[in-house]
Amino acid sequence: MDDHILEMSDIGKSFPGVRALDHAHLNVRRGEVHALMGENGAGKSTLMKILMGIYHPDQGSISIDGHQVVIENPAVALRLGLSMIQQELSPIPEMTVSENIFLGREELYRGTPFVNQKSLNARTKKLLEEFKMRVSPSAKMNTLSVAQIQMIEIIKAISYNSRIIIMDEPTSALSDEEVNNLYETIRGLKRKDVAVVYISHRLEEIFEIADSVTVLRDGQFIGSEPIGAIDKDRLISMMVGRELTNIFPKQRVELKGEILAVRGLSRTGVFQDISFSVRKGEILGVAGLIGSGRSEVMRAVYGLDQRDAGEILLDGKPLDIRNVKDAIRHGIVMVNEDRKGYGLVLCRSIKENIALSNLDYLSRGKFFVNLRKEKEACAKLAKELMIKMSGINDTVESLSGGNQQKVVLAKSLMVMPDILILDEPTRGIDVGAKAEIHSLMGEFARKGMAIIMISSELPEIMGMSDRIMVMGEGKIRGIFNRKDVTQEDILKCALTGEVKSA
Amino acid sequence: MLRKQSKKETAGASTAQAMAASGRRISVSDMLRKYGLVFAILIMVVVLSSISGTFFTSTNIINVLRQISINGILALGMTFVILTSGIDLSVGSLVAVSGVVCGSIVFNNPDAIWLGFLGGVLVCGLFGAITGFMIMKFRIPGFIATLAMMTIARGFALVYSDGRPYVLTSEKFKLFGQGYVGIIPVPVVILIIVVLLTLSLLYYTKFGRYVYAIGGNPNAARASGINVGLTTMIVYTLNGLLAGLAGVILASRINSGQPAIGVSYEMDAIAAVVIGGTSLSGGIGKISGTILGFLIIGIINNGLNLLNVSSYYQQIVKGLIIAGAVILDTTSKRRA
Ligand SMILES: Nc1ncnc2c1ncn2[C@@H]1O[C@H](COP(=O)(O)OP(=O)(O)OP(=O)(O)O)[C@@H](O)[C@H]1O
Ligand SMILES: [Mg+2]
Repeated sequence: MDDHILEMSDIGKSFPGVRALDHAHLNVRRGEVHALMGENGAGKSTLMKILMGIYHPDQGSISIDGHQVVIENPAVALRLGLSMIQQELSPIPEMTVSENIFLGREELYRGTPFVNQKSLNARTKKLLEEFKMRVSPSAKMNTLSVAQIQMIEIIKAISYNSRIIIMDEPTSALSDEEVNNLYETIRGLKRKDVAVVYISHRLEEIFEIADSVTVLRDGQFIGSEPIGAIDKDRLISMMVGRELTNIFPKQRVELKGEILAVRGLSRTGVFQDISFSVRKGEILGVAGLIGSGRSEVMRAVYGLDQRDAGEILLDGKPLDIRNVKDAIRHGIVMVNEDRKGYGLVLCRSIKENIALSNLDYLSRGKFFVNLRKEKEACAKLAKELMIKMSGINDTVESLSGGNQQKVVLAKSLMVMPDILILDEPTRGIDVGAKAEIHSLMGEFARKGMAIIMISSELPEIMGMSDRIMVMGEGKIRGIFNRKDVTQEDILKCALTGEVKSA
Repeated sequence: MLRKQSKKETAGASTAQAMAASGRRISVSDMLRKYGLVFAILIMVVVLSSISGTFFTSTNIINVLRQISINGILALGMTFVILTSGIDLSVGSLVAVSGVVCGSIVFNNPDAIWLGFLGGVLVCGLFGAITGFMIMKFRIPGFIATLAMMTIARGFALVYSDGRPYVLTSEKFKLFGQGYVGIIPVPVVILIIVVLLTLSLLYYTKFGRYVYAIGGNPNAARASGINVGLTTMIVYTLNGLLAGLAGVILASRINSGQPAIGVSYEMDAIAAVVIGGTSLSGGIGKISGTILGFLIIGIINNGLNLLNVSSYYQQIVKGLIIAGAVILDTTSKRRA
């Protein structure tokens, strides 16, 4: 009991209109992986930001190694042996991978003020190899995918050689293979007696990697248990405050005619010869590793990226999609995986963000926005998706990560599109809201919508899809009926391209 | 270690209490943040009225408003540009372009005042559209494109007028800069119309939403189906039109179309917008802020004149007040 490396006691923190933390506790032992769980907006990230000196608590105390400390700012936290992978990725896009990793710790040529970029690149290369990443140390951050950026942030946090590493949803953009690599790393850290605070909404991960778990709800401490002492249902009810029975409420839907077909879609160096189709009422799951090209294909279908060859057919007729507006006009809508980059205008309100892609629907005449309709429609959606906020005029910035993701989803759900493309739709969303979103998806499919869902979370793919398309290295490796395959088959196919013979 | 589930209820109550308590605390600082500039203006008015007997007279107030109108119109246009995270350095030169174009028309035909009006406004709108097109087509930053346009437009005004002012004797033309509606000067009436127009554009139209979204996150705007390039071009065109309007008012007020006038007018316009709390990185800002901004600048100018502060010192004082206003604004926002 005394071997706590970290003790946070009685922490309180308020933001305008919100009590984010209310007498929260967290005690972490040396060398353990401690899961911090709770619904979206429960206060997990806020608690960890307080630990890193990003926010200052209104009350409470923090001890490290039994000594009480005051953490003024992140520099102090780093000096105390703390480092953190932020939930909101914050790379400097114009800088290279190695510059980002060693930002603020640049190695100099001895006795000079000049940065030894060569040595930094070499060190970065070694780190990247350890994590099996095929990225050049001198690649600019803005050329990387979200998943790759997330890996870089993980590498960066670990490269500080800290005693306590905080991982705030480190795997939200990663697929199974990369997650397994991360587990390996974490086990290595444990052997070195490093403590890890691990935040995730993927319950399987918690039972795989964590030694104990602390649950917060509405900013309050609910309980702390060794992982062996609880099961999944118990954990969920601690988080949500009620029982949750059906996690993947897939509805039985009769599939109708084919609505969207993609033929021979290619973009040089990114993806080749992609052909697939979706039917009305169908949910097509798309699986694959980082860099498999799955997001890029869908971005091209949505008109956000160029394509070099191939055609897109809607109801059998070829479509000329040059930009997003064309796609939206033809009833195709996409929810982007990169919510900060392409999903949200952070400095504007929840209402304005939800309305942004629906202004044609919310207008009176050609120019004017129907303010009343806007307010009502946005408030209704925010309520349906259970966005935790004080009102729809809050800026999106002030929301917790999962609640921001709900705003991105809400944008695409106001006007029911014919074809909905979801790229990691439930990234960072808690179990309760996830079930809600999945049941909405089922509802939409029943009404005849065709849904394409990219997800790195195989249970989600298996639970929701009618068919599953597996991609790898820019090509389709196989399209399966869900009933014919297991999770292992999909993973194997994504990894090696090996297709299970039916 | 586990707490009972039934704790939930009391937890809810205490959160509600905490929220109410913090809600009260905020409303004070919120008031300050929201109305800080209003207080600043009130203080300035009180101080100036107590020092100078002439400040708070109706003649002087109307005078201040008339002086403000040109910078006000420019600042309102600039608000849109800055909201998209751009900037327009060319408006001072456009004021001169408008002056000479309008001046030449009225010089040759003293009765064609509305033709002159339209000529000045539309030519500047065209210049703005060209700037916007450059930004849209070649993706050059607004700062560079408008810096180029600043010298091009100035050069155009000089070439067009052969470097000489058009001295205007038309009595009718005095309407725009020197006329009155009742007791209210026409420039002030125009300013009010522009305020109403920009207000409705920004808050009640789709275009207004696009402007905010583009400034906040252009990628998200594009992914939401917004034509970012076209919207940007319209913003610069609008700004050009308003600069043209200001140019006509100025020409009418000084009875001449001068090619060398309007130098550094863009700076006062930008200052008004920034004082008003609009973020230079785009996406955040309000028309009401800009109004307060140009009121403050106008009152400072007028007050310093009434107090007989030398024009050299005036510049220093003005700069200090601008810096002070912005520091106050950002610190009060950071405290939140
Ligand atoms: N900077 C801020 N300004 C205002 N409110 C904030 C701010 N940061 C967080 N909040 C509020 O504090 C509460 C807790 O947020 P926090 O980010 O800690 O949640 P979380 O548990 O990490 O959720 P998630 O699982 O969605 O990441 C939320 O209600 C959020 O809206
Ligand atoms: Mg969080």
